[in-house]
Formats: sequence, C-alpha cells, structure tokens
Amino acid sequence: MRFVDEFRDSEKARALAAKIAGLCEPGRQYKLMEVCGGHTHTIYKHGLEDYLPEQITLVHGPGCPVCVIPMGRVDDAMALAAEPDVIMTSFGDMMRVPGSNGSFFDAKARGTDIRMVYSPLDSLKIARQNPDKRVVFMAIGFETTAPSTAMTVLRAAAEGLPNFAIFCNHVTIIPAIKAILDSPDLRLDGFIGPGHVSTVIGCRPYEFIARDYGKPVVVAGFEPLDILQSIYLLMLQLSRGQSIVENQYSRVVPWDGNPVALRAIGQTMELRPYFEWRGLGFISHSALKVRAEYARYDAEQLFSVPGVRVADPKACQCGEVLKGVLKPWECKVFGTACTPETPIGTCMVSPEGACAAYYSYGRLSRTRVKEASRT
Amino acid sequence: MTSREELVLERIDRARRARPRVREDRITMSHGAGGKATQSLVEAIFLDAFRNPELAPLEDAATLTAGGTRLAFTTDSYVVSPLFFPGGDIGDLAVNGTVNDLAMAGAVPLFLSCGFIIEEGFAVADLSAIVASMSTAAATAGVRIVTGDTKVVQKGKADGCYINTAGVGVLAPDRDLGVARARPGDAILVSGPIGDHGVTIMLARGELDIEADVVSDTAPLNDLVATLLSRVPGVRALRDATRGGVATILNEIAAAASVGVVVTEDAIPVRSQVRGAAELLGIDPMYVACEGRMVVVTDGAAAQAALDVLRAHPAGAQAAIIGEVTDDPAGIVRLKTAFGGTRIVDLLVGDPLPRIC
Repeated sequence: MRFVDEFRDSEKARALAAKIAGLCEPGRQYKLMEVCGGHTHTIYKHGLEDYLPEQITLVHGPGCPVCVIPMGRVDDAMALAAEPDVIMTSFGDMMRVPGSNGSFFDAKARGTDIRMVYSPLDSLKIARQNPDKRVVFMAIGFETTAPSTAMTVLRAAAEGLPNFAIFCNHVTIIPAIKAILDSPDLRLDGFIGPGHVSTVIGCRPYEFIARDYGKPVVVAGFEPLDILQSIYLLMLQLSRGQSIVENQYSRVVPWDGNPVALRAIGQTMELRPYFEWRGLGFISHSALKVRAEYARYDAEQLFSVPGVRVADPKACQCGEVLKGVLKPWECKVFGTACTPETPIGTCMVSPEGACAAYYSYGRLSRTRVKEASRT
Repeated sequence: MTSREELVLERIDRARRARPRVREDRITMSHGAGGKATQSLVEAIFLDAFRNPELAPLEDAATLTAGGTRLAFTTDSYVVSPLFFPGGDIGDLAVNGTVNDLAMAGAVPLFLSCGFIIEEGFAVADLSAIVASMSTAAATAGVRIVTGDTKVVQKGKADGCYINTAGVGVLAPDRDLGVARARPGDAILVSGPIGDHGVTIMLARGELDIEADVVSDTAPLNDLVATLLSRVPGVRALRDATRGGVATILNEIAAAASVGVVVTEDAIPVRSQVRGAAELLGIDPMYVACEGRMVVVTDGAAAQAALDVLRAHPAGAQAAIIGEVTDDPAGIVRLKTAFGGTRIVDLLVGDPLPRIC
C-alpha cells in the first residue's frame, strides 16, 4: 500500500536500530517519552521496542484523549445523555470509558440514546434528522480534534441549527507536558513530540522544553519508521549534549501549525481557568470551553450539569502511569482488577492507553518474546 | 525479566484462567461481538445451564450419533445491516454461514431449516429477493432447505428482517476435527484474503463516506473442505473466520490446545482496499469478519500439500500458509509484524472501536 509500506520497511528499521545502538553511551539509561497515544499504539502494534537496545526505555505519556478524562466529566456526560429528548453522540473509544455508574455502553444498554459517530459533523446530520430531539456531542481530544469540533459549531451556527450543542472537554497538550516536566518524581531524557497535535499548533510551542528544561524534542509521524527515526534524532541530540526542537514529521507538520484550524478554535473556544485531568489532577489553563458568543451550542450552559468531582478509584495508579513514573505492569491493579474487559482506569480503555496497549500487545517482556521468536 | 514483572504476568494468567463471569447487569453490544465478552456470556450463562458432552467442545457444529450415523448439527442467526450489500445479502449469508459451520466439522452439509422474523411494513419485493438468493445459495452448496418458520413483529421491534438457519450434515466415521487437536509443529493456513466481508459491511452502512472497490467474500466452503479432506491427510482443524476474524480463531486454537501460535503479518493475505480502509478507520483486519474464509490447521509436513489443494480450488485461489503452532508460550498468539517486531494478538473485548486520532 503506497504511503504506508515505505514507512514500515524492516531493512531501513534494522539500519536505524544499529545507528541508535551506536549512540548509546555505555552504562547510561535513557528514558524517552512519547507524548501521544497514537505513538504508543504504533509502538505496540508494530513491535517497535524489539529494535531498541535495553538501555532505552519508552515512557508512555498523557496524550491519550480518553485516558485523561476524569470520572466526574463522564458522569456529567451521562447526566446530559439522560436528559429528556437528548441524543448523545460520541467517538467510538469514549464508549467504554468508565464513569462512577458504568460507561456509555452500559448507559446505552439501559436505554439512553447514545450514538457512535466518526466525525462531529455526523452529529449535525443526526440533529437535522431529529428536529424534535436535542443532540449533544461529547467533544473530547487535544488540539487534534478541537478544530473539527470548532468547525462543527461554526457550521451549526451558519445553518442556525437550534437543536445541537457540544459538551466540551477539549484539552491542550502544552500544560500537561509542563505539569509532567515539573513533577518531582520524574526523570526523562527527551520527548517524542505529538505529530497530530503539531499539525495544528506547529512546533514552536515546544521550544520552552528545549530551552528552559534542556530536553530535546522531536515531533514525530505515526508510522514505525517515523518513530524510530525520531528516536535516532533524539539520541543524536543527547550524544551531542544538544537540546532543540526538531520536526521529523515535516511532510505533514508545518513549523507554525495550521492557522485556519487555530482560528476556528479561537473563534469558538477559550481557555478554562483550570481543568481536572485524570491522574494528573487540576492543571490551570489546560482545557477549552465554548465562548460566550456561542453559548447556545454549549451543553454546560443549556443544561444543568452536576459537575460533581469524583475521586479516581483508590487502587488506580493511572496518574503515575501517565507521568511515566510507573510502567503499566507496576500498577497495583494491572491485569487483575483492571483489565480491558473491566477497566478501572482509563489507561486500560482506549487501545491508545498505555495499559491497554501493554496488556494486549506487550505483555511478554522483550527478552521473552525474542527468545520465543528464535525457536 | 524482573521477578516483579514475572509475578504480574502470572497473576494475569491466573485471572484469565478463572471461570468466566458476566459482571454487567444488562447485555451490551460487546456481548454480541465475538470477543471476550461473548465468550464469557456463552460460558457463564449458556454452557453453565445446558452443560452436556455434545455442547462442551463449543465447536462450530455439534457432533452427534443417531442410529449409527454420525451427524453434525449447527444453528446461526443473521441480523446483518444493511440487508443487501456488495457481493451478497442476508439470504446467501444465512445459507453459506450454516453450510460453513457444518463443513468446518468436516461434515457433508445436507439439510437446512430457516426461520424468518420480519418487521411489519417490510417490502415483499425485498423478501422475495432475499429468499431467491437463499435458494440460489442452497443450490450452489448442494443443500436443501426443508423446514421453516415465519414470525411478523410490530414495526420498530425488528430491523427489517432477521433469519435463523439450522443445518444437519453427515460425518464420516473416522472424521475428528477440532482446534484442541493442534500441536506444536503444525502449520496454519488461511483460504484467502481476510476482512473483505466486514469492511464491505462497514462501508455499505454509508456512515463513513469512504468508498472502496471491495465486496463481501460470502461463499460456501463445503466443496473446498471436501476436496481438502479427501486429498490431504493430516488436517487437524478447520474454522471459518466469521465474527471476531482470524485473530479470534487463532486465540481459540491457542487456548483449546494449550499451545502457542505464531503468525507472520507479511504472509497474511489482505486486499489493499481492505488494508487501506482498515488503516483509515484504525481497525485491524485480523479482527474483521469474513464469511467465506477459513483457517486450516494441518500437520506441518502436510502444509505444502494443503496449500496446493486449496490454491487449485476456485474458493481457495489465494490461500496462504500464515504461521505455525509452537509449544511456548502456551495460550498466546504472537504476530511477527511486517516491520520486524513481535506483538501479542489478543482477543478483543467487544467490537473493534475506531480510534479518535
């Protein structure tokens, strides 16, 4: 398949792996964080860690959109969905995220009208087809998905669609990275920067990481060779004692981002003073809400949302996993109480979540897989 | 491996071996998706209540003996939406699916029943079209539909029409196929490109605005199976890769025979249209349903012979050897990725959910 297979070439991978190994200083351990859940998914799906020397550990970051949604917001969404005449629409991987009273799937089984959509624009179609209902889109995601939500709101406004609103849970990546950098129990050597987010925000927002924290950043694409090449570029910087922002994904990511998308976000949404992240707690200026001018599309204005804060389950260590302090399997409930069938923490829900990815793809340690593969 | 990680893996293995339970108060769509949730529903609710030696193996068809004759008996319900899709419709699906379940036991399918549940207001012309394609499919597969039932339910209580078919076939006295018979050194084959049916249905629903030149693979496999079994000794198990796809079948082999399974991504035939659509949707073709493809487990020494026989038959022209059975690690399916890594291929919990970004 064109534009895909050339980025999955195993010979090129071997060559890169050899170069990466050559850059490792003897005795030094390297911890690199891939910020984005899409990268985590690629790493596991293609077995990329098999190419890395034992000295390099990949730490799975907070960039999984459903993994950072706190329980209280899921409960709020359920309350919205249970309002009379409401049709809730949601992306597929949000469907299994547990609130304190089950997931969207469970609510759907109890008779709540929740429908899976592939694009927020599909919600408008549903709103047009059901003029006697009120359609609420569960808007989640980083800057990657925020523009399409923004465009949907603008489209609804242009059409004067009276029965559509969004429940806005969009978050922004930079404050989360900053929270991680400021976390005292963390030691990271560099960042594989989120590719999709960067198509919107560009590479400039990461410059403080290189400048103020002295950590190299390489914005990476989503094919396995993209990631391997980004690891190589990070290792090259580390071997030279350098810390700059590089753009490995230049075929898609413009250095200054996508001004049209940024404008659409700015037009319809503004920063919240603070927002709760699952496992990471409250982070200031880390999420978006609907601007007052578009209040008639804001479910939080149109309905009364309970807004009750629900503490993460005690046993759940999603926060430590998101910060990269714990490996998924080091969590107390990993694989026993918390499994993909019965997720306690959101990291276990989405295939992008570090725990789910590790559970389904990486459960065998690298050495064991390698040994078994030789037989 | 650190002892801590070892401990965790052991704990997981224990948890996975535990008796399945249905934790939910209500049935969700996951229970019908063919993955882990379906498995626990079947084992915890149905198997528990009906427990008997014929049901216990949970194969595609039950093997029975009546009056000295060995029979295979199976049933399946069809609720596909849309009812008509490129390459077929619910009618030929309902015949082929049941024919294939019998064929996978190594039986010669003979007779089918059909039960219709029809929604009030359903077009008679559509019903006639569905029945006509059932009749054609039955003739192609060499089976007769010999008994049936019709129920009409109020508008809104069903989605157009649902079909249940049951089927009976005869089994040769010495025929004994089953995934539990797989052993280390065996080869694993598929009879053709995977994922065509599932991707066709997803696109035919029209919700995705993706168009691709792909049609359902719905087809009877009984002739292919009969040819294979008559020419190649050493076939141990056959499974049609319907709901849950090839990945689910491989996991069933690994679990039932307590063996490891390793397959090579590059060797698994997937049409480029299917790969492309799956790539866009963020789903894995390994989990996508087929309706005319089977997974074959043979003695390793018979693998090439099996491949030649499959490929010489029109229904198996693109068959391939995709992997092998190993002794370790038992119960686990591994995939050697085209990229050169290795990963685990696990059972899905429910339907494959499209990823956000």
